[in-house]
Amino acid sequence: MAAFKDELDPISGRKVLVENNLTFAQVTDAVAAPIEAPSARWWAFFLVSVSMLGVLVVSLGWLFWEGVGIWGLNNPVAWGWAIVNFVFWVGIGHAGTLISAVLFLFRQKWRTSINRASEAMTIFAVICALLFPTVHAGRPWVLYWTLPLPNQMGMWPNFRSPLLWDVFAVSTYFTVSLLFWYVGLIPDLATMRDRAKSTVRRVAYGAFALGWRGSTRHWLHYEKAYLILAGIATPLVLSVHTIVSFDFAVSQLPGWHTTIFPPYFVAGAIFSGFGMVLTLLVPLRKWFRLEALITIKHLENMAKIILVTGMMVGYAYGMEFFIAWYSGNPYEQYAFANRAFGDYWWAYWTMVSCNVISPQLFWFKAVRRSPLALFIISIFVNIGMWFERFVITVTSLHHDFLPSSWDYYSPTIWDVSTLIGSFGLFFTLFCLFVRFLPVIALAEVKSVMPIADPHYGDHGDGHHHE
Amino acid sequence: MPAIFPRWTNNIPLVVALAGPVVGAGLVGGVWYFFSPKFTDVGYRPVQPVPFSHKLHAGDMGMDCRYCHNTVERAAHAAIPATQTCMNCHKDLVKTDSPKLKLIRDSYESDQPVPWIRVHQLPDYAYFDHRPHLAAGVGCASCHGRIDQMAVVQMSQPLSMGWCLDCHRDPEPNLRPLDQITNMAWDSALEKYDPKADSARVRAVNPPEHCSGCHR
Repeated sequence: MAAFKDELDPISGRKVLVENNLTFAQVTDAVAAPIEAPSARWWAFFLVSVSMLGVLVVSLGWLFWEGVGIWGLNNPVAWGWAIVNFVFWVGIGHAGTLISAVLFLFRQKWRTSINRASEAMTIFAVICALLFPTVHAGRPWVLYWTLPLPNQMGMWPNFRSPLLWDVFAVSTYFTVSLLFWYVGLIPDLATMRDRAKSTVRRVAYGAFALGWRGSTRHWLHYEKAYLILAGIATPLVLSVHTIVSFDFAVSQLPGWHTTIFPPYFVAGAIFSGFGMVLTLLVPLRKWFRLEALITIKHLENMAKIILVTGMMVGYAYGMEFFIAWYSGNPYEQYAFANRAFGDYWWAYWTMVSCNVISPQLFWFKAVRRSPLALFIISIFVNIGMWFERFVITVTSLHHDFLPSSWDYYSPTIWDVSTLIGSFGLFFTLFCLFVRFLPVIALAEVKSVMPIADPHYGDHGDGHHHE
Repeated sequence: MPAIFPRWTNNIPLVVALAGPVVGAGLVGGVWYFFSPKFTDVGYRPVQPVPFSHKLHAGDMGMDCRYCHNTVERAAHAAIPATQTCMNCHKDLVKTDSPKLKLIRDSYESDQPVPWIRVHQLPDYAYFDHRPHLAAGVGCASCHGRIDQMAVVQMSQPLSMGWCLDCHRDPEPNLRPLDQITNMAWDSALEKYDPKADSARVRAVNPPEHCSGCHR
């Protein structure tokens, strides 16, 4: 395979994680450049994102004025796009913690180039996710009722409800992800503080850098804190989407009431999360000229994870049908026959094409190493995973136990505008992130560069040669 | 390089650690005390258009509550009496030309109701019904206080949801013999009353605690 030659580390013989033999200063300059001098392209993206955010503000304003009746919800399908979008965004939020915490504990050094941006993506995706149940509840100003706060109404949350578990699972996940991201940012914020030219920047970065001076004691505390947070975050990768799947699995509805849901949802979440990471990083590395830091090898690794989790999801799709047949339960069998060949057959086969068939192209090394192909397939993955949640939610509800209440669900313009608006919120936050914070964890990536190796420059004889 | 922040900023973590719990506890305590209906609602005492004294009528003269609030046992709402009820006495017998009663006489002449100001007001989404409460033997005074001692009526209880539920979850301390409902002076601390042993009661009291019990 001479066509796919990676730069190899002269000492370990493995593929290098930072190419072109960059020095520490060159890496810092490359990452800080887009923060210190924003491009016209950034402004274009930011303005488009803020416009989409405006669509969200208008949609939510009308929603609060008029109520959830502006959406396409009807009697059997009381959970429409709001829940579809919630699960979609929470799922995207999974890759960040997997990359930052799980790969950290497994000493996967290639995570250092992509963890910062993935964690930011996670936090912004969870913000978008939290939006939907909040507004779907109809009266967001009484959302504090979901918290166990003593009150004059004598009310207490129902701890038997998976919807309440969701409140705790997702808010815990958000808090831990945010802390993890922030702790990881501290040394880089200090770098930005030290490079800052204006007083405002110096004070802003300085305040958030918490007085970081890079002393050995600082590093000792920092690395302990980071390891502890990684340990706390790792079980959350599994627990959050498990509990989101309980929203469905704990109910009695055929198509939802399945024990395979927790692992199936977690695999799908990682699948969709890596899809979104590719969607964001493929353009980002090109426009910010970070190809030497986020190398083709990084993209290839992510493509492999997408291939594996995509097949897990495909297995789950197949197993659902097998169990429906094997159970001998006619309601279960109907639910799945209806899913694939009923009113929403087009949604089901969109999902299968995007999630099961399109990642199979990643068996080819040429596809895994083509940024354009990766970008296109990552878009298919995003579309497919949105449709997965649509299929699960709507096809199970629209034909429930009582044929007299069967109905066809279609979204209204306000469902569409709220989804578009949530992308506006997500991309606005991401634009602000790439504008003001280093998109690559500088301190971490420097530790895995070839130049950081104590034997860098040796030629196997223990002597240093220039 | 000169320092960005002055030296006192080093104390911020300490100040936050010390002041944070105090401010937090102050906020919780403030909301707990000042936002409670016990603070905001109890003692509400609007000035009525006619200085009607419950102390005089129900207390000193001993009129039964139901002489004026006559629907209380038969309807959800305990009626505010019509002007005609006042005029049963004040037309020909008692204080027929008192200046304090001018509004009552005007109302009677013009057939327009007296604009009484409501004291005990529940939200529209709480469907309160007087009938089952009286049938269970909850006294007027349990919710409205010693009306017979009030020259001007005021709220004596918070009427909050938690306050309703306190009794719905454990009604027995607030029950009394069915013939003592309007007796303002009846005191559960002095009378040893056991509703279960009362042969006048047909059914056990079983107040609802589910949402739709009150929010239909």
